[in-house]
This record gives sequence, C-alpha cells and structure tokens, in this order.
Amino acid sequence: MSKVYDVIVLGAGPAGLAAGLYAGRARLSVLIIEKGQDGGQIAITDEIENYPGQTVEGESGPSLIARMTEQCAKFGCERVSDTINEVELEGAVKVLKSSKAEYHGKTVIIATGAFARPIGCKGEKEFLGRGVSYCATCDANFFEDFEVFVVGGGDSAVEEAMYLTKFARKVTLIHRRDELRAAKSIQEKAFKNEKLHFMWDTVVEEVGGEGMLSTMTVKNVKTGETTVINADEEDGLMGVFGFIGTIPNTKIFEGTNLKLDERGYIPTDDNMHTNIPGVFAAGDVRVKSLRQVVTAAADGAIATTQAEAYLNSLE
Amino acid sequence: MLEVDKNTFKTEVLEGEGYVFVDFYGDGCVPCQALMPHVHALADKYHDSNLKFAAMNTTKARRVAISQGILGLPVMAIYKDGEKVEELVKDACTPESITAMVEKYV
Repeated sequence: MSKVYDVIVLGAGPAGLAAGLYAGRARLSVLIIEKGQDGGQIAITDEIENYPGQTVEGESGPSLIARMTEQCAKFGCERVSDTINEVELEGAVKVLKSSKAEYHGKTVIIATGAFARPIGCKGEKEFLGRGVSYCATCDANFFEDFEVFVVGGGDSAVEEAMYLTKFARKVTLIHRRDELRAAKSIQEKAFKNEKLHFMWDTVVEEVGGEGMLSTMTVKNVKTGETTVINADEEDGLMGVFGFIGTIPNTKIFEGTNLKLDERGYIPTDDNMHTNIPGVFAAGDVRVKSLRQVVTAAADGAIATTQAEAYLNSLE
Repeated sequence: MLEVDKNTFKTEVLEGEGYVFVDFYGDGCVPCQALMPHVHALADKYHDSNLKFAAMNTTKARRVAISQGILGLPVMAIYKDGEKVEELVKDACTPESITAMVEKYV
C-alpha cells in the first residue's frame, strides 16, 4: 500500500487550504488533492471586500488564493493535481481513487466546494461559451462595448455585474424578485453605477441565436408577460452571465454511505463531522447558511482540529 | 508550443495545412491557467507528430476569437487545413478530455 496520510484534503479552495495549513502546523502528514485550479469559485472572483483583514488594494480572488497556497506549502502540505472518481470512506484507512492513482488517508476532509448553478432556461447549454457564461473574469473581455445581462440578485451577481460594467456598454441585472439580496454596501455601489440597469421580477425563459447568443426571452413573474430581447443589430451578439447560486461537487459520493441532503450538500455537526467517522466536510460543500471565503476557511480549521482529535483517539 | 497573435493566427492556423491544435486562453481566465501545464506537457510529448500545437491569448485578440465563434474560455480546438473540426468549450476542457482529443489527431 502507498503512504497512508494522517489527513487527505479533497479540494484546494479556501476551506481545503485552511485545513491543509492547520494540518501542516499540527505536524500531521497531509495531502491536498485538487482537480483544477486552486481556489475553486473564488479563483474566478474579481473583488473580495468581505474577508477580514483584506484591505490590500487590487486584491482579487486569485491573488488571495495564491497567498493561501503559498502559506500551505510553507507548512509542508503535499499537493497533487488529480481527479478522484471513486471513494471508500468507511474503515480505518480511507481510499480515494483516480484513473491514475490511489490515495490512502486515516482521515478525509471533503472540501470539494460547489460550482455555478445553471440559469435554468431553454438553450442555455447550447450557448455556454457562445454568449452564456458563469465566469465574468474569464469572459468579460469578449463583451467589450457589447450589451450584457446578468441573472441573479445576491452578492456575486451584483459584484460581477459591476465588474462587467468595466467592459460592456450596458449591463442589465435580471432578478426574479423586486429587491436585491446582496449586502447593502454592494447595493449602494450598484445603484450609483450608471452603466448598470435593473429588470425586476423577471426570469429568463430562453436564449437563442445562430451560433452566437443574440436573442433572449424573459418573463415578468408578476404579470406573466413575456418579452423578447434581441442583440443590437450592429453588435449581432450579447452576453448572459448567470450567478444564481451553486450546486455542490458531491457526485463522487452518490451511492456511498456518506449522507447528502436532498440538494446534494453534506450535512455535518458544528464540528464538521459527517455521518462517517474520520470523514469531515468543510466549506461550500456543506449544509450551511453562509457560503463565503471567511466561513469556508473557518470550517477548514475546525475540520482539521477535529481530524487531529480523531487521530489521537485512535492511538 | 507556438504562441500566435491576432496577426499570425491567420497564417499559422487559418492558412496552415494539416492539423493544428489551438489553446484559446485569456489574461483573467484562471481555469485556462490551470490547464496550461497539461497542454504544454501534451505539446512536448507530441512535438514531432503531425499535430502542430499553438496557443493564443484572446485578451489581445478578441475579434479574432469572436470570428472563430468563441465568446467564452477556455476553448481547446483542432483545426484541419484552416477549418475548425473539433473543440472543447469551458467545463468540457479537462486534462483527460484534452488528452483524448489530441490523441485522435497525433
């Protein structure tokens, strides 16, 4: 059998990196497995204003995460880039399998996070990358001087809509309610932004076009009235960015004995314990009321201290 | 890995003969950066094959990218004699899927 780690952390977002940092400092042997880029959702976020101590001018998701990664490495976390597709979480040694390797740990901290929830309209999948996007920092540049719509009403939707105003000619926020859910400080900035417009009580029913997104049908949920919005003729295209929440990355746990709630999130107690001994969950993947960098990092710290307690109890 | 820009994209890819792999990336695209080591490893592994490997920063070549039907990143595409014959867009781009696509053409 290959090396058995004290702690294997699945995912290198704020929760996973905080877990790794605490494990490294506790001198536990720790491996962090990440399939894509460090940071997860925060890596594609332009502005972070609500992480305590984050007052650095020009700080973005990637720059904050880069420092977290560096800090983790400093305390001896091992890292591997791999995609886990099978898990055996019960038993004294937990096994995580990818197509190329098998990893063994006495404890596992699941910090796989969540990904963007699709808008849920007709034609969405077909136009993903052809006008539909869930990543403003990836795709804003394409829409310089074009018209863009943003769907959602929370912090992410409003902040990303403001980011898009730096590129697009006009940005319209489409929200299904008549007021925003975003923090008041964000709302204040948004309402002052001259390029940002609002379409209340509205949902997107369908997107379409020939090759590139150029038309969209929206519906007013109060009146039931539908409206077709077409791209400006000279533009020939427009953008629709969705920020309406997340779906947890828990597909690999389906069919295992790890308990998931009806939406796929992992329920834990206050100390990040899942229903399986030695298996913990931290960050956005967990059932919780607030999914932010600060709560994810806190979860990671608690999960590792609990993993350490669990390891001690085995001795 | 050949770095193409808005000028050389035409000569190297659209007017190129045979198969060309193009990694369309952008400055703010973190998922693109995460995939880059995998793409470069593939380019090294198959450097003497019939498949030419190119990358283009779309941030500096927005119109060229849009002309290729690209409005979202990352995109990994295969061109044959200047025509796009296959592509992976956004979440469809994974180290595994890119390897599988490349191995069809090398």
